[in-house]
Amino acid sequence: MAPAATLTVAGVDFVADPAGAIYWPEQGLLAVADLHLEKGSSFAERRVLLPPYDTAATLARLAQLVARYTPRTVTALGDSFHDRRGPSRLEDGDRASLTAMQHGRDWIWITGNHDPDPAEGIGGEFMDVLKLGAITFRHQPESGAGGEIAGHLHPVARVAGRGRAVSRRCFARDETRMVMPAFGSYAGGLNVRNRAFASVFETLDFTAHMLGERRIYAVAARQCLPD
Amino acid sequence: MTALERPADPPLLPETFTRWFAQRGWTPRAHQLELLSRARDGRSVLLIAPTGGGKTLAGFLPSLVELSSLYLSPQKRGEGKKTGLHTLYISPLKALAVDIARNLETPVAEMGLPVRIETRTGDTPTSKRQRQRRDPPDILLTTPEQLALLLASADAPYLFGTLKRVILDELHALVTSKRGDLLSLGLARLFRLAPGLATVGLSATVAEPEDLSRFLVPQPEHGEARADLVIADGGAEPRVTMMEPGEHLPWAGHSARHAFPQIYELIKQHKMTLVFVNTRSQAEMIFHALWHLNEDTLAIALHHGSLDVEQRRKVETAMAGGKLRAVVCTSSLDLGIDWGDIDLVVNVGAPKGASRLLQRIGRANHRLDEPSRGILVPANRFEVLECRAAIGAVADRAQDTPPLRIGALDVLAQHVLGAACGEAFLSDELYREVRTAAPYNGLTRTDFDATVDFVATGGYALKAYERFAKIRQNKDGRWRVSHPMVAQRYRMNVGTIVEADMLKVRLVRSRSGGAGRTGPIARGGRVLGEVEEYFVEMLTPGDTFVFAGEILKYEALVENEVYVSRSTATDPKVPSYEGGKFPLSTYLADRVRGIMAEPKQWSVLPEPVRQWLEIQQLRSRVPARHELLVETFPRAGKHYLVCYPFEGRLAHVTLGMLLTRRLERAGLKPLGFVANEYALAVWGLGDIGLRISRRELSLPALFDQDMLGDDLEAWLLESSLMKRTFRTCAIIAGLIERRFPGEEKSRRQVTISTDLIYDVLRKHQPDHVLLRAARADAATGLLDIKRLGEMLSRVRGRIIHKSLECVSPLAVPVMLEIGREAVFGEASETIMAEAADDLIREAME
Repeated sequence: MAPAATLTVAGVDFVADPAGAIYWPEQGLLAVADLHLEKGSSFAERRVLLPPYDTAATLARLAQLVARYTPRTVTALGDSFHDRRGPSRLEDGDRASLTAMQHGRDWIWITGNHDPDPAEGIGGEFMDVLKLGAITFRHQPESGAGGEIAGHLHPVARVAGRGRAVSRRCFARDETRMVMPAFGSYAGGLNVRNRAFASVFETLDFTAHMLGERRIYAVAARQCLPD
Repeated sequence: MTALERPADPPLLPETFTRWFAQRGWTPRAHQLELLSRARDGRSVLLIAPTGGGKTLAGFLPSLVELSSLYLSPQKRGEGKKTGLHTLYISPLKALAVDIARNLETPVAEMGLPVRIETRTGDTPTSKRQRQRRDPPDILLTTPEQLALLLASADAPYLFGTLKRVILDELHALVTSKRGDLLSLGLARLFRLAPGLATVGLSATVAEPEDLSRFLVPQPEHGEARADLVIADGGAEPRVTMMEPGEHLPWAGHSARHAFPQIYELIKQHKMTLVFVNTRSQAEMIFHALWHLNEDTLAIALHHGSLDVEQRRKVETAMAGGKLRAVVCTSSLDLGIDWGDIDLVVNVGAPKGASRLLQRIGRANHRLDEPSRGILVPANRFEVLECRAAIGAVADRAQDTPPLRIGALDVLAQHVLGAACGEAFLSDELYREVRTAAPYNGLTRTDFDATVDFVATGGYALKAYERFAKIRQNKDGRWRVSHPMVAQRYRMNVGTIVEADMLKVRLVRSRSGGAGRTGPIARGGRVLGEVEEYFVEMLTPGDTFVFAGEILKYEALVENEVYVSRSTATDPKVPSYEGGKFPLSTYLADRVRGIMAEPKQWSVLPEPVRQWLEIQQLRSRVPARHELLVETFPRAGKHYLVCYPFEGRLAHVTLGMLLTRRLERAGLKPLGFVANEYALAVWGLGDIGLRISRRELSLPALFDQDMLGDDLEAWLLESSLMKRTFRTCAIIAGLIERRFPGEEKSRRQVTISTDLIYDVLRKHQPDHVLLRAARADAATGLLDIKRLGEMLSRVRGRIIHKSLECVSPLAVPVMLEIGREAVFGEASETIMAEAADDLIREAME
């Protein structure tokens, strides 16, 4: 089992997994963001024939986390499907593994800009926002929202050393809020020094928790390289 | 008419032409006449001639003679010129095609031939392109990419049905890349569309002319077919010497700084000097330094591939007009026409290959009866050996051009899509046609079918995309594009040149105050050229680097442009030495090993180099020609292993990656490695030398070829070089599209990264046709696996271990690269850990 880090947001301690998910022990809640399921087939509709294995790969990684933490609740913070037709394009096998994961627990799909409407055939409940104690889960970060955990931005941090640079997905976090890394196999990334993060974190006094192979590396945002 | 009744052949050169030659005071050269005679017999010919041998005219003469007899014969006169396209000329350079067209106009006009000559490049206006399809010229000059586009249209049979001849210029350069693969497939198609077609290949001297001549004719099902070979007189022997290095010959590095004053003197003594270097950044640095020395304000210019096209054209025009005294250039001037009256070529740094060097030196003096002059400037001790080896190779007229390529599957995929955009194709027919192209002669039906499957639905084991197929089979079994959008996208993405993502460099005024984010950046300065995105990724604002002949300060990345300002710094902070595109050729490497192995040959070497080898002999050992010397020694608390394969930096990096994996498994805790063209140094915490001496670690096992099995596979999984290779294949094969200028960088959040595709595909379908294409590229490209394999097999049973107290003289150059070159190792995690430690230190202090 991978050693996980503890990330504190608004006084709540979360277990952060190097796979790119957080677990809230008190609530038995596992959260992931930006699964972008069926992104491959979404491109294929436009005849860009990307390998059709992304959904299976993403679900398999999620299944490992579910097995590891056995959460009572799983919540996906929006953009769970790459487009509105995504759920209808799910292969039977992928649908079955999703159903298996949902068995015996609550599953909350938070809506995102790619998947704004509730969908048929994928189980779970649909919400725009999930509030639990001091914490608000939503897809798109809102400016000045304390205690917020969101996705949408796909944070990536870049650091340099030894003559080269390394770029990895990361949690972008300060004491009050956090933006989660994208979990989807085909989800791209946005540098935390991009101006899009300036509306979430007013200064560079936040931390990028970079996802390593087996652990998470905390790096000050001002130490990260811009693109 | 029987043979007996056949009238005597008319002279090879008609009256009009003989007169024209005489007026110019020329006599037709033997190879020009030979080419005419072969052409009259309908033969395809490969002409091998040095630069300045009237090669281009030789190539066009048969076409001009035929066209003149067509148009000037009494029967044809006044019949209206409905002959269609007669000759297609294909050049690797757009500029060359344009220039040749201009040069051809002269003889055509002077002889009064009613021949229409036109070019077709990416710059040709749409209206002219459309007209060219309806009403083609007699002679069309174009590039391989434009040929592919012309072939991928329904009117290709009309356009090319009348074609009699294809002239392929600079063939030696074209065939070494995927552009050559694409061209070979186009040629195969032309042979089918125009059954009477003959080809003329124009080439510099190559190692295997017979091999190259196969490229020019359709290959039969079994055996091989060759074009006729015509070899022109080689002209005078080139005079190549090495610049005597002073006492301060550097141990390592590639700057050749010590030689700048001498190079400047040479420029002063000659009319026009070309200074060739191996990399863009070297070109920048030398250019900068020469201007520093340039008290006489000689007209010295800079030319490399990243400079703005306009700026390059200006330099070329100034050269042709004799307005320059010197041009510092990279391989950007390896090809091309007469760039003015050059009387000296200076090659700075390692020559890398004998043929490449000969071609560069051939740029000096285009008069065949006088020798061209070249001076080699070694930048370090090993390069002295390499220069010496190259001078020997030139004297022996040895050639080391690579063998003909095996056609790449990603290029085939592009061609298949092109074929479906043109007339619809039948698999059986297209397979037969493709196999007539020499690089694809060995293509199996299985690979062909897999490629067609890839083009149609992605070629995935999971058949998810039938309804999104790009090409579909009709009831008659013919494949056609399923949607006009597919054809449109094909046309946007045609070609095999995939540049690294480039960013424009724009000169702006410096922000006042320097550090911090205050003050807006002035917009709208001049564009200096383009740099690779990965270079910019290494920079932080405030870093200085040399570009376009100036020291610049990196200000910011704004949208897709790099903003820079002029810097007052005297030394750029970022050296940015990129290993260079071309590795040391196997042939030259062997000669270098030969020189080292024979102390008798050392007498010709400069004093510091001779001493260096002699001390090496005393302290350790100078490896024999086929040996692999492995030295181990401790230094500053770490243990080093240095070996000398002489196989080029790319192969050494691959070897380093694999060796560190093995040392890791052996518990020797390797920390990193660094490679240069000749050697590889690995270091770690464990005492490697002791373990070898105690026979606990076996060198033959460490260097066993089986490292190219599982270890290689495991490394390829994460190798960024492999991912770069895959990206190129994915773009060429049409899986994803090129990124076009003007596309927002932040769009990447929603677009797709090939690295992610690679990871997923490799896990789920490791035998996918694109992964196979990428692996084939890796064998010879960025990872040079093939060469590494050959080396490992060569040194089997010949590995010599020397356990030393301290670093040996031979090891010094590669050891000095530490700190200059990127260090490889378990770096990604380490770099992040170090960055994280910094945070802890910051918090605790």
